[in-house]
Amino acid sequence: MEHCDAFIIGGSAGSLDVLLKVFPLLNSFLSFPIIIVLHRKRGTDNLLTTLLSSKTNLPLRELEEKEIIEPSTIYIAPSDYHLLIENNRSFSLDASEKINFSRPSIDVIFYSAAEVYKENLVCLLLSGSNNDGIEGLKKVKENGGKAIIQNPLSAAVPFMPAQAALNVNIDKVLEIEDIADYINQLSENERKY
Amino acid sequence: MDSTEKSEEQIEILLSDALEIYGYDFTGYSRASLKRRIMRLYVLDNFVSFAEFRYKIRADPGYFKRFLEQITINVTEMFRDPQFYKALRKEVLPKLGTYPFIRIWIAGCSTGEEAYSVSILLKELNFLKKSLIYATDINSTVLENAAQAMIPLNKMKQYSENYIASGGSENFSDYYSANYSLAKLNDDLRAKIIFSTHNLVSENSFNEFQLILCRNVIIYFDRQLQAKVFELFDNSLEKFGYLALGSKETLDFSTISKKYKRLDAEKIWRKIT
Repeated sequence: MEHCDAFIIGGSAGSLDVLLKVFPLLNSFLSFPIIIVLHRKRGTDNLLTTLLSSKTNLPLRELEEKEIIEPSTIYIAPSDYHLLIENNRSFSLDASEKINFSRPSIDVIFYSAAEVYKENLVCLLLSGSNNDGIEGLKKVKENGGKAIIQNPLSAAVPFMPAQAALNVNIDKVLEIEDIADYINQLSENERKY
Repeated sequence: MDSTEKSEEQIEILLSDALEIYGYDFTGYSRASLKRRIMRLYVLDNFVSFAEFRYKIRADPGYFKRFLEQITINVTEMFRDPQFYKALRKEVLPKLGTYPFIRIWIAGCSTGEEAYSVSILLKELNFLKKSLIYATDINSTVLENAAQAMIPLNKMKQYSENYIASGGSENFSDYYSANYSLAKLNDDLRAKIIFSTHNLVSENSFNEFQLILCRNVIIYFDRQLQAKVFELFDNSLEKFGYLALGSKETLDFSTISKKYKRLDAEKIWRKIT
């Protein structure tokens, strides 16, 4: 991996708490965008965006379809749509069938982003109770990107990151309190280029 | 299909075949989703090489029909986004009720669930008799399904919940009869719907409407094609008519947006000039 062009976080049950702890510790400038894809009930979009934006100094908003992705911004994927990345680094939404009982599916965004960002992608999989994200992380690794998980031992629901650890060659296992540092450090490294 | 670049090249070849041989133009479709659907079909139908896949699509019109059906998205629900239907019921349709005759276009109707939902609203407001719903889709196979008015019974629980959340107060199960694993919607709901193929990309306006619904269709188009389709809708909408889009779609970036005023909370715009 040479640069980080995008940092994508996928999470399910138990992952919101992690974000609420991580966001206040992030630097107020990041050299890349953070894209958040969470499993959740549909129709709760505004609540989540309002809650999360109160926890960070970075600009944070629900992403819009066809929007060009900017650095130093946190984007929240809307509920009830799959999220994909276009070659020109803009967002696309897709209302097709659920994958792994989920829409948005973490596999879909990881897979799509891996094809666009290749080795310049970092994906983090958080707490959760299903298998979503595992295939996506494999694709990220295949294309030269980095696969990171929250430590299953300290995850509220360990199944998802544990499955990733068993099935994917994971680059790093992070504790909740180390996630913000890791992201900040990635950005600092970029600025040295 | 192998590396990313190679498969992207191959997809462009298939799309130019679709245009050249069958006249379907996908060049303005967003690539990420289209690519995912095509790769999925390739795996699903057990092709062993791109050449074989391409040959099948070019040489077999029956298979092209399947290709078309599988690469377009046909996921839909009755009363999807209940708040949207509440706005139709409370704000939009009562305004249209003052007209002697109501014409509605549902563009990209897929298997018809939206058309039947609108039909139920019109019936409850006592406007159904003077209404006509044109429900169109690019895909003739889904329209055949739509015309059957049959819905898997196991979906009706969700639809019933959606209906109630949208402000419906009738007994939802009165609108269909259960037939083994299928729910057959009542004939009167079907009577005022005309199902027909129409390709938003290549075909022109065919009538003037007071309401156009096109929800979760333009997300699959790039901005340029979206602009073209908005022009088509504008040409097909009467003054003071309404245009309704999906919950994550917007008219904001379009050149026609200045002729429209958005209703408060929902993705519904009214043509004001």
